[in-house]
Amino acid sequence: MKICYYPGCTLKTKAKELDRYARLSAEALGVTMEEIENWQCCGAVYPTARDEIATKLSAVRALDYAKHNGGKLLTLCSACHNVIKRVNDDMTNDENIRTKANNYLALDEAYAGETQVIHYLEMLRDIVGFDAIKEKVVNPIGKKIGAYYGCLLLRPGKVMAFDNPENPTIIEDFLQAIGATPVKYPMRNECCGAYVALKNENLPKERSKAIVKNAESHGAEMLVTACPLCLYNIQKNGGMPVVYFTELLAEALGVK
Amino acid sequence: MTRQDTLENIVRISGTDAKKCMKCGKCDGRCPAYNDMDVKPHQFVNYVAEGKLEKLLASHAIWNCLSCMACVERCPRGVAPQGVIEAVRDTVIRMQGNNGIKAEEIPPIVDEMIPQQLLVSAYRKYNK
Repeated sequence: MKICYYPGCTLKTKAKELDRYARLSAEALGVTMEEIENWQCCGAVYPTARDEIATKLSAVRALDYAKHNGGKLLTLCSACHNVIKRVNDDMTNDENIRTKANNYLALDEAYAGETQVIHYLEMLRDIVGFDAIKEKVVNPIGKKIGAYYGCLLLRPGKVMAFDNPENPTIIEDFLQAIGATPVKYPMRNECCGAYVALKNENLPKERSKAIVKNAESHGAEMLVTACPLCLYNIQKNGGMPVVYFTELLAEALGVK
Repeated sequence: MTRQDTLENIVRISGTDAKKCMKCGKCDGRCPAYNDMDVKPHQFVNYVAEGKLEKLLASHAIWNCLSCMACVERCPRGVAPQGVIEAVRDTVIRMQGNNGIKAEEIPPIVDEMIPQQLLVSAYRKYNK
């Protein structure tokens, strides 16, 4: 099957591996990711002020493109997923934002949240299926790995509807499917310190260290993430190997 | 804008009802930036409800909130402390000359590994 794909700015630059291994693995699993035309940066953070409109338009453009090209939009970067999914919720449920965004964009047909936003992990779980992945594994990973969810995939839980925001299991289930041993640790859904790195570098330093220490004490040898900013903060401050989950998937499927 | 207009605008763009807060402190308990918050998440909510505008606008906490949404997730009353904090930060940075980061401060702290996502999100959060 083919599915519209939104890569985002970082996957074209510092996080090329996240993108490349995702595409290779998807092909091996029978899914072709078709990069949408003329996508624009999503802005990386969802603006929560209710009067923010212009900052949401790039997400709406991507959503509208997908609406006319299969109705699904695949995301991979946690930040892009968070922004696009939440903007889609606004376009569905917030009349003020929907009206103003549509007035500005003047599309042939108004966009009202019709597109289904799917994160790559959700695609693996809900479209491909973890059992099907398990059957295609040629190199079981065989390591003790901590899933590092961070914030963006999970919260706010009501809008993201990704997994249980307090006790997620999707990445652990994924790890199991590729032959790794998932290590659950309490801080797997805590924030790494995010963009505050640019303003107060001590904060991500402390947060990332605490997360790694917590994962270590529960027996993890390494961490996996879907977020380039989490990877950066953890790698810089944490002192534990951290890789993109797609890299492990590609390795397990023998396409790396 | 008058003082009252500014307060009303913060309430409006926060998208949350500060008066529903029952001061249980769960937002503070979960806040990963708690030690760096001079005004705590529950105080943002209370100050808005009590009209303490000056304390809100002068806080350093607006630069340290991570927008991780943990406070929003845990609030048993459906209040969004992060929504209030962002409304206050937006109120500050939408005024001329109040941007949180200056372009010339960036190059010295940029290393080879820094992802675009970090620069874009910081600019979105701190500057207008």
